Amino acid sequence: MFLALRELAFARTRFGLMGAVIALIAVLMVLLSGLSSGLVVDGVSGLMRSPIGAIAFSEGTKTDSAFTRSEVTRDQSEAWAAQDGVADAELLGTAIVNARNADGSALDLTLFGVEPDGFVAPAAAQGREIAAEGEAVLSSSARDEGVGLGDVITLDRLGTELTVVGFTADQRTFGHVDIAFIPLTTWQEVHAGALAGEQVDAAAYDVASAVAVRGLNGHVPGLAAGDAAAGTSARTITAAFDSSPGYTAELMTMEMIKAFLYAISALVVGAFFTLWTVQRTRELAVMRAMGASTRFLLTDGVLQAAVLLLGALVVGVAVGLGFGTLLQGTGMPFALESGPIVTGAALLLGLGLAGAAIATARIASIDPVTALGENR
Amino acid sequence: MTTTTSSTRTRTGLDLTDVTLTFGDGDDQVAALDHVDLTVAPGELIAIVGPSGAGKSSLLAVAGGLTRPTSGSVVVDDTDLIGLSPRALATFRRDHLGFVFQSGNLVPALTALDQLRLVEKITGRRAATPPEELLRAVGMDQHAGRRPGRLSGGERQRVGIARALVASPSVLLVDEPTAALDRRRSHEIVEVLAHQTHEFSVATVMVTHDHDVLEHCDRVLEMVDGRLRPA
Repeated sequence: MFLALRELAFARTRFGLMGAVIALIAVLMVLLSGLSSGLVVDGVSGLMRSPIGAIAFSEGTKTDSAFTRSEVTRDQSEAWAAQDGVADAELLGTAIVNARNADGSALDLTLFGVEPDGFVAPAAAQGREIAAEGEAVLSSSARDEGVGLGDVITLDRLGTELTVVGFTADQRTFGHVDIAFIPLTTWQEVHAGALAGEQVDAAAYDVASAVAVRGLNGHVPGLAAGDAAAGTSARTITAAFDSSPGYTAELMTMEMIKAFLYAISALVVGAFFTLWTVQRTRELAVMRAMGASTRFLLTDGVLQAAVLLLGALVVGVAVGLGFGTLLQGTGMPFALESGPIVTGAALLLGLGLAGAAIATARIASIDPVTALGENR
Repeated sequence: MTTTTSSTRTRTGLDLTDVTLTFGDGDDQVAALDHVDLTVAPGELIAIVGPSGAGKSSLLAVAGGLTRPTSGSVVVDDTDLIGLSPRALATFRRDHLGFVFQSGNLVPALTALDQLRLVEKITGRRAATPPEELLRAVGMDQHAGRRPGRLSGGERQRVGIARALVASPSVLLVDEPTAALDRRRSHEIVEVLAHQTHEFSVATVMVTHDHDVLEHCDRVLEMVDGRLRPA
């Protein structure tokens, strides 16, 4: 570190510029991590923050359209409930609808039809839980859309009216749309296409989108056995995220952008230290002639890179967190989570060090004899 | 391989016997060093003069273990460098040999004092003579905190000489130390070099074009076409 620190101080403009580039990459990493987490929250927080352990769709349903295509019956739900290791199993209905608030403003909602006294129905942090037909508990984020307690929301086309009786404690969205938890029977009438006040066939009250399953003591029950008994295709709750509209495509896009960012970071750091090593060839040759071992010079070079990377990452992550905190208050799907940011920073550090190590490895090939003679 | 430290080893100086260094093959073969014999005793400063391309730098490279000769032996402190592995050779250079390069070839990021401390870091041990004292010995203690960019050519060479002495080498190899200096400074530098050679009992080989400074040397040899002869 003797030489590394002194060179950092001496060539502070060059290292400062490089540090600024690394810091900007770190800022971008934090923002991308925040966007990824925000998209996850916006896409599936309604599932993530529910007590559901697994979701059973109708047999053979494709992953990417399971929530919209699947249809299961009460018999299948009861078959699941009878399985060993299953604490609860109940019908769950999902549907994305257009609606209007009392003031006529447009509102997009995901209707989650749940048993009012079942395990999926959320507690209300404001107001009360759903108890009767036509009542709804909305995601806390729906308040940002101007929805308030007691408001009557009217579904487009059908005219079905939902009275807001409560709000959840946190954001509950699905497919980037606020969830309205409504009684399963109300959902079944909407699903059957019944206009407001219109009677529906009794069979309509026997179906829903899927079976929500909760295992004993928080464990995921045996899915294969349940599927065999109920004739369903069950997935764990996290696997079921992929069935949320656009979820997989969005995450893959973000992951690809992040992968390119990490690759670019390693290349940029590697290129900088390659140039830096080339510029130092003469002094490195002198030190080798003086008997400095390759290990001594390599260690010094890599430690120099580590100090630069760590310093720049700390600054970049701090600035990114500052920006991120501002973005969280906007309508952008953005969520700061420590896990992905720490992982991203570690990846930037590791890949940057790898790039620097490969670049400084050329030290080993510098011939000390080049320290002698003219113009060297 | 010799593993003795500077404080315990026996100094026997430098001894080159029948050293030949050739480049190329067949008709294109060129002898940079042609059956060279050279013995330099501890405390002796010898100068090697000769035209460009005569083989002076090649002699330094071979004597310093930087280039392996085609044949012959290079013995420093009773150790023949020819039989050493590259790693052992680097260690031997570190502990037994000192180099003074053209224009000092100092590390730009380091102050004069840190140039000497760097050698302590490389060798992993404290210098027998403290770096501050070595700088004082070459008249550079007033500029210990200056980087090479703020030193004159002569001052850089003085620091280069002090740096070469940090590891208490048995042999000092000096490459054109006055190449970029005026007449007065050239004399000063070679005087310093001669003084330190005698003071620290080092066997010093100085390659130079500068005939004005030869009066300070104990012996002068001339190299022509790879052969060494008395000047």
